[in-house]
Amino acid sequence: MSDSIAIDLRNVTKRFGDVTAVDNISLQIRDGEFFSMLGPSGCGKTSTLRMIAGFEYPSLGQIYIHGREMGHIPPYQRPVNTVFQSYALFPHMTVEQNVAFGLQMKGVDKASIPGRVKEALEMVRLGSFGARRPRQMSGGQQQRVALARALVNHPEVLLLDEPLGALDQKLRKEMQLELKGLQERLGITFIFVTHDQEEALTMSDRIAVMSQGNILQVGSPTEIYERPICRFVADFIGETNFIDGTVREANGTHATLATEEGLHVQGYTPRPVQPGQSATISIRPEKARLLPVNGNSTPAANTMPVRVERVSYIGSDTRILVRAHGGRSLSVWEQNTLSTLDREAYWEAGDEAVLACPVDNALVLTE
Amino acid sequence: MAAKSLDPPQRSDRLRTWLLLGPGLIYLLIFFALPLVVIVLYSFLTPGPRGNVEWVFTFNNYITLFTGDLYLSAYWRSIWSSLLTTFVCLLIGYPLALFIVRSPPRWRVVLLFLILIPFWTNFLVRTYAWMIILANNGLLNGLIQALGMPRQTLLNTEGATLVGLIYGELPFMILPLYAALDRFDFNLMEAAADLGANRWQAFLRVMLPQTMPGVVAGSVLVFIPTVGQFVVSDLLGGAKVDYLGNILQRLFQRSNPPNWPLGSAMAIVFMFVLTVAIIIYFRGTTEEDR
Ligand SMILES: Nc1ncnc2c1ncn2[C@@H]1O[C@H](COP(=O)(O)OP(=O)(O)O)[C@@H](O)[C@H]1O
Ligand SMILES: [Mg+2]
Repeated sequence: MSDSIAIDLRNVTKRFGDVTAVDNISLQIRDGEFFSMLGPSGCGKTSTLRMIAGFEYPSLGQIYIHGREMGHIPPYQRPVNTVFQSYALFPHMTVEQNVAFGLQMKGVDKASIPGRVKEALEMVRLGSFGARRPRQMSGGQQQRVALARALVNHPEVLLLDEPLGALDQKLRKEMQLELKGLQERLGITFIFVTHDQEEALTMSDRIAVMSQGNILQVGSPTEIYERPICRFVADFIGETNFIDGTVREANGTHATLATEEGLHVQGYTPRPVQPGQSATISIRPEKARLLPVNGNSTPAANTMPVRVERVSYIGSDTRILVRAHGGRSLSVWEQNTLSTLDREAYWEAGDEAVLACPVDNALVLTE
Repeated sequence: MAAKSLDPPQRSDRLRTWLLLGPGLIYLLIFFALPLVVIVLYSFLTPGPRGNVEWVFTFNNYITLFTGDLYLSAYWRSIWSSLLTTFVCLLIGYPLALFIVRSPPRWRVVLLFLILIPFWTNFLVRTYAWMIILANNGLLNGLIQALGMPRQTLLNTEGATLVGLIYGELPFMILPLYAALDRFDFNLMEAAADLGANRWQAFLRVMLPQTMPGVVAGSVLVFIPTVGQFVVSDLLGGAKVDYLGNILQRLFQRSNPPNWPLGSAMAIVFMFVLTVAIIIYFRGTTEEDR
């Protein structure tokens, strides 16, 4: 992966009347990167993508593609292609004609078109479907035609707007792998829009988490999951337990929070906090452990007395719902590394226990 | 084999089919097939001296049609002016229908309503209104003079006929086009632009083929009544030249004596030409989608 910048958004804002769809975002996407934009519906992902494609122009700010300012350059003159969520295949053309369309429009040498179309269709494993009409194909096949139709043009950047949204779960998983494989093989920059956090985590080199027109955090899947910088990101990506409180002490990397129940919980601070500030501790359920009341916990761990409420065995994990003495519910996931059949005794509802979480796995977050 | 035993043709089924089709068939028989048979028959009979029909078989009516300059030129004039009317209606109607479809929903209803309003007034009355507009001392000439230009002869020209025809037929072009464009997925235009097509290319390669059923329906709806019209060319064209409709009307009613056999032959040829033309047109325009 080279370090040159494929897409550079500088202070881009998009307004539709009173609605600010995209609110002053800046973002650099590297060449050859699989970059995802992740966020709930309505957070401005599509608007951002449409501005890169040229279907909308920014209200403020600039967009550069490989160093060239796009200004009001129309879509048909931009070195990017889009895979639309609805596929937008031309119903009156065969699959081949759909794929050839972009090459014809660009005035590519006529003799080379059939070869390139065939190559693109084989790439998405639709070599023998060229003569069909889009409506004679399944959703997954149409999806792959849309992909071939875009990729045949060798775009510098491929934009994908929730391309897997309409597929069923199994097909979705397959297409995720296929897309990722294609992207690695071709080395084209992919900008992938999704509201599915699992999809973004599995596929991306980097993810931008968006909310209400803002980018909250940009980072690798691991960074986004392990070190979310605010409450929204921790909440949106994966599952977590939140414990609200007030900062008592802070030293730059760690802070101690006093919870409403009077407990003191220590955690890592991705962003500096001040004593007296209200904040939230986030503890991922798989990072917490449940210990017997009189057992020894590791020194650098927070502990909290709890009572077991419910134990659900789901195969790979056992999910335990506990209630702290203040009345707050928390969940703890324990991986079933041993067969549960061999396990002598396990937690049962009503057991008293201690919830323990290493200080570095408890995050002190603000809004 | 299984399919056979599943659905044996039952007599009561067949009876029901005939009962259901019956009224429609009888209607078609009485109001469509019977007059047609009469016309076909008449076209091979001899006209009598008092406008009656003599039961003598002859090809003369057809021979007269194809040798008399009067008839052939009327055919050409009618077909040519209908083609022109259809084409101009398409040229005006398409952008207009597009404009309506792309308007905010609230406006769309209002605009469609405006297109339909003229239907509430009798067509003849609306054509007389055009006479008032185009007359030598009419509204348009008033405007022309107010601009300091000399008066023009507008009424009683072939141009006036064309204007009247286009005016009258335009809604029949717009409505099917509107229906076709309303069904069109405008995301496809973005997809085309994304793939490097400019607006014109996207229109020709994507929007036009996709809305072809509307173009065909609109064209047929405009062409057929236009090719048989005689009122507009009488009122606005000044009845100076004969259109097909004028001659037909004359042969059946006005001339002394009327000549029903010749009129019938003319109508048959007219129907034949029209049918063939429309079949060719349908073939040519809908082939891509089959
Ligand atoms: N053409 C438009 N006109 C008016 N508002 C729009 C338009 N497109 C998007 N919006 C608004 O902008 C916001 C962001 O939309 P969008 O970019 O589609 O979000 P996402 O793709 O993340 O779901 C939403 O509130 C949406 O209603
Ligand atoms: Mg969207």
